[in-house]
Amino acid sequence: MAHIELNNELPGIRGLMAYRPETEAPLNALAEVLLRSDNNTLSRGERELIATYVSYLNDCFFCQNVHGALAGHYLECDIAGIDGIKANFRTAALSEKMKALLAIAGSVQKGGKQVTEAQVNEARANGATDTEIHDTVLIAAAFCMFNRYVDGLATWAPQDRQFYVDRAPQRALDGYQSSVYK
Amino acid sequence: MPHINLPTDYPGIRSLFVYRPETGDPLCRLAQVLLHDPHPTLSAGERELIASYVSNLNTCKFCTNIHSAIAKHQLASDLSLVKQVLSEPESAPISNKLKALLKIAAKVQAGGKQVIPEDIANARDEGATDIEIHDTVLIAAAFCMYNRYVDGLATWQPDNETLYDKMGEQRVREGYNPKSINIKLTETELQNS
Repeated sequence: MAHIELNNELPGIRGLMAYRPETEAPLNALAEVLLRSDNNTLSRGERELIATYVSYLNDCFFCQNVHGALAGHYLECDIAGIDGIKANFRTAALSEKMKALLAIAGSVQKGGKQVTEAQVNEARANGATDTEIHDTVLIAAAFCMFNRYVDGLATWAPQDRQFYVDRAPQRALDGYQSSVYK
Repeated sequence: MPHINLPTDYPGIRSLFVYRPETGDPLCRLAQVLLHDPHPTLSAGERELIASYVSNLNTCKFCTNIHSAIAKHQLASDLSLVKQVLSEPESAPISNKLKALLKIAAKVQAGGKQVIPEDIANARDEGATDIEIHDTVLIAAAFCMYNRYVDGLATWQPDNETLYDKMGEQRVREGYNPKSINIKLTETELQNS
């Protein structure tokens, strides 16, 4: 049960967004531009993977399943495949650039000052641009917010992981700004 | 030196807003709603105290200094009070409700699951409403983002209390409008920072 009376039955962050539409608007606008905007050299799947990995490190069940299902949808990868990447991205079939960006995201999850120059250099050496490094840091930081918001108010989350997989194609189509009620 | 090629002359998160206005816009709007817009019960000063308290726990120099300065101006108080809240909230001259909310904020900083029903019950006993608890959790969570963003890209963070005070006073007047945040520092401000 959530720590506060949300007056709705919606799961995870959706219950919080319905409760407080004033904060819902900028939060969804942020998710939309970071994860779904097509004006980005990182694919939607790559950006969702960063979100998934950070949510996994923060042990947020709702977020890692929502975004893991979206990453799987875009990257054509099933739950087991996404779980494999979360557990060890170094051995996964990902580009070296993506591995370097996930390493940066992992540092951001621990704390901003954990990101090292060596990590940034490795990402650059593998072709990452400044904007890709910027977006990786901000996606990772944003999920340190979203995860804390969802767990800090003890929202409920469907335990059947297929629920998230089934919703992903429609979310990919509709985007985040219509995500609260459908 | 910043990890990426950020515009110079803009301190902290301002350099990131200028670098990437697409993300700067929702980030400013979020800060505006959480910290500046009218709130049913929490004053802007109380909300800024939560923001600077969490930023201090995350050891983010820029965010701690700027939100401490904003808190000072919003509360029409002095910086020593804000510093006392940051270092020892229990003995600071603030309400028991705000002390209970700061405890929740500290739990959020450590991780969402650290917030336990006793923390919520304690805040409620001191008169906190659901919306106050909600906003405390989201402000604390949001600063776990802003702080990581500012430090994760190694932005320029000046050591100059006067500069933070001036920016803080401006923020109280103008709110978190992206247009006003993106103003360059003047030559004098730069020389003094």
